[in-house]
Amino acid sequence: MHKRLIERNLDQIRDKLLVMGGAAEKAIMLSMRALEERDSSLAERVIREDDAIDGMELELDQMCVDVLVLKQPAASDLRFVVSVARTAPMVERIADHTVNIAKHVLALNNEPQFEAGLDLARMFSTVQEMLIDGLDAFTSGDPEKARVTIERDDEVDSLYDAFYSELITTMGRDASLVERGVQWLFVIKHLERIADYVTNICEQIVYMARGQVIKHSVW
Amino acid sequence: MDTSVSASSPALRPVSEVQHRRTSGREPDAEHPAAPDKMRVEDLNFYYGKTRALKHITLSIPPNQVTAFIGPSGCGKSTLLRTLNRMNDVIPGTRVEGRVELDGEDIYAPRTDVVSLRRRAGMVFQKSNPFPRSIFDNVAYGLRINNLTNSKTELAQRVESSLRAAAIWDEVKDRLKESAYGLSGGQQQRLCIARALAVEPEVVLMDEPCSALDPIATQKIEELIVELKAKYTIVIVTHNMQQAARVSDLTAFFWLGEMIEFNTTEKMFTKPDKQMTEDYITGRFG
Repeated sequence: MHKRLIERNLDQIRDKLLVMGGAAEKAIMLSMRALEERDSSLAERVIREDDAIDGMELELDQMCVDVLVLKQPAASDLRFVVSVARTAPMVERIADHTVNIAKHVLALNNEPQFEAGLDLARMFSTVQEMLIDGLDAFTSGDPEKARVTIERDDEVDSLYDAFYSELITTMGRDASLVERGVQWLFVIKHLERIADYVTNICEQIVYMARGQVIKHSVW
Repeated sequence: MDTSVSASSPALRPVSEVQHRRTSGREPDAEHPAAPDKMRVEDLNFYYGKTRALKHITLSIPPNQVTAFIGPSGCGKSTLLRTLNRMNDVIPGTRVEGRVELDGEDIYAPRTDVVSLRRRAGMVFQKSNPFPRSIFDNVAYGLRINNLTNSKTELAQRVESSLRAAAIWDEVKDRLKESAYGLSGGQQQRLCIARALAVEPEVVLMDEPCSALDPIATQKIEELIVELKAKYTIVIVTHNMQQAARVSDLTAFFWLGEMIEFNTTEKMFTKPDKQMTEDYITGRFG
């Protein structure tokens, strides 16, 4: 079977993006456990391991520039490389948000348990599933899976709105909870932003697969 | 000549419209129609003896744009280019069916003055082919044999303006009487372009004009092509897909004598409509 010269480069780029995406997924999972289990060592691990994700972003950026210059891709190859070059910084931003969550968890773990009565695990797992599905869609170039994943952003937004109202009410009732309540507000805001980035990645998948730009438009 | 094909073939009208939108920023409408085609090929078949080299080609070439023909060797792109100014006429055993129009007139009509046609649609070849004469005489040649100037002064002016248009004047202005053979390959090719421009063509047909040139000379010719489209309609055959992407506004892809796709160059190189085009430009062919 004829194997094109560019294929090796594209495979390497695809693999690197998946490793990077996997690291971001793991960071979300660890930050959730750090909060649930009140385990600051897990939060510290998320913060520590972010450097590796930053490094992968730089590597991917260089790999994309190299293949653009050296192999001059066109059509679907070009769309793939451009999509990875746009997606890697989004994955890096996702990882940054998990670092911010981890920092809020560290602050919360120094305070007494905050019984907000929110199903935060659901929000975490929804966001994590979105990222997993988004990366699967990227690997398989599946715009339909990307579309389904984009729709889940509404679910995260609804959870955010509900949790936000609940936290404001709780803090209004008891001023001693404000400091911890604000930390929780930040956590849910970071989760909501991660879901937005996954949405952007999925929009990029549609461009990669179909050459169709759906950003800033109704699906 | 088989001229039974209707002139209203819509096969590639959308490309003209896309191109109109691209250059004017709006859709063509009754008040702002798309510019009329400079050349139009309708249901063209071309035969070398019994071998059909072009099959039912229909396309429109818009004015003041660069249209590139790409495709593997033997796909018919150079043959098609040569049908645009009847250069194939000189090859024995060839036959044309269909219609090729220049400004709406059939160039294969019996009344066509072929010399005049080739003046209107000049050609630049793969290998530079200066005459064994001086630089000046190379450019003046077409002007002299066609009696296109009235005085030596006018001739000199036309030679200078042609050399300037071909971006070679500064390099040769002090050696106009020297042999054209003393120029480098890239300079010779630009001299040939100047020679083609001297007779003030409307269309410039270029058959792989950079294939024998080094990267610097290629870059100069490519820059020249983009500059020339302000005044001329340019059709270029190239093996180099990146060159087509760099210089052309429209690209047609050919395969075994058929035109597989004709689209704006951006579309061809980012999201072609046909899988075959995609396979060719991403190197998946074969």
